[in-house]
Amino acid sequence: MTVNIKRIPKKKFLMPGNAACPGCPETMGMRYLKMALGDNFVMVIPAGCSSVIQGIAPRSGIYAPILNIVFAAGASAAAGMKAGFESIGRKDVEVVVWAGDGGTGDIGFQALSGAAERDDDILYICVDNEAYMNTGIQRSSLTPYGAWTTTTWTGKREHKKNIPLIMIAHGVKYVATASVGYPTDFIAKVKKASQIRGFKYIHLLAPCPVGWRFDPALTGEIGQLAVKTGLFPLYEYENGKFQLSPLARRYKDPSNRVPVVEYLKLQGRYKHLINKPEEIKKIEEYIESIWYMIDVLEKAFNPKEEARKLLGSL
Amino acid sequence: MNVNSKPVLEEPKTVFFAPISHPSPGSVGKTGTWRTHKPVVDLDKCTGCLICWLYCPEDTIIRLENDKVSIDYEYCKGCGICAHQCPFDAIQMVPEG
Repeated sequence: MTVNIKRIPKKKFLMPGNAACPGCPETMGMRYLKMALGDNFVMVIPAGCSSVIQGIAPRSGIYAPILNIVFAAGASAAAGMKAGFESIGRKDVEVVVWAGDGGTGDIGFQALSGAAERDDDILYICVDNEAYMNTGIQRSSLTPYGAWTTTTWTGKREHKKNIPLIMIAHGVKYVATASVGYPTDFIAKVKKASQIRGFKYIHLLAPCPVGWRFDPALTGEIGQLAVKTGLFPLYEYENGKFQLSPLARRYKDPSNRVPVVEYLKLQGRYKHLINKPEEIKKIEEYIESIWYMIDVLEKAFNPKEEARKLLGSL
Repeated sequence: MNVNSKPVLEEPKTVFFAPISHPSPGSVGKTGTWRTHKPVVDLDKCTGCLICWLYCPEDTIIRLENDKVSIDYEYCKGCGICAHQCPFDAIQMVPEG
């Protein structure tokens, strides 16, 4: 599914004058969500930056009906809301959970896992800015290795938790990863997800200029570099079929990837390890392990294709 | 259960003290005052590719007819994403004041 920018209607997708920082990736993501789903959706927002972006009542900066809910209840509130819509005969309304990485991977994980297991008909979008940015850049379980936060001064010692793979292991209908650096890819994935009945999960990488310590003008560029270095592969899992997105397919070959230093040196949160080759080597090894996992998944979920290749080689 | 029985308690009257928020521009005021650099569009270089409009996090880029762009300076926060993403260098960031 391709998206033609020129055919997107000339109207506002977000209210200007909201409380987001300059260069915020979350407001970019919200615009793309509205472009993809039109007017027929409701947002459920657990605590996070997105609940602050709305601004001060009686005005709201986000162009959608919103239910603000506690951290631990994002997915379950959405499941209940969907059941409510179905009981009054509004099956066409899409209920979207717009949660941060803390609300997905740490505090909201039991609700997410429960909703995935029940296969509730909701769209869960995790806006992954890799730390608790709203409360002042504290480490989360999705903070990558080596990154500075206010609670990991010398860099985090653990690797990032791989939530999309955990969701694939739940056996849900649709799982995808996207980046704000590639808007048309994200819009296409949301459009595709909205046509599927059942639990849908999209992991959106959102480079945060405040927490990652870079110039706000580079938000889109860093979102693209994360994909180009191979650190954040874009893929889709749909009804038991796993495939890399066309944008990320060429980075399967290590020679096509941009060196990871190009990505690290733009961000202040990696300032302390830019002169330490052994730390950079660890990140490179992590990239290798991600792509090894993807190779295994491709073979495991598309066995027929593998068999055909084997027959061809005989 | 008797369906016709009257409820023992009266239904409590709900009073909303908090107003319901409606989407409207400027929910935290005129954010154009946050800006240190302002984007200036060169309409001769602009080809109407709409990449800046797609990437703008604030929706402050206005689409003119024939899809060329202008900027809503009342709310633009001056992040500079439009100038960085423009493939034709049609947007320049100029210091304010």
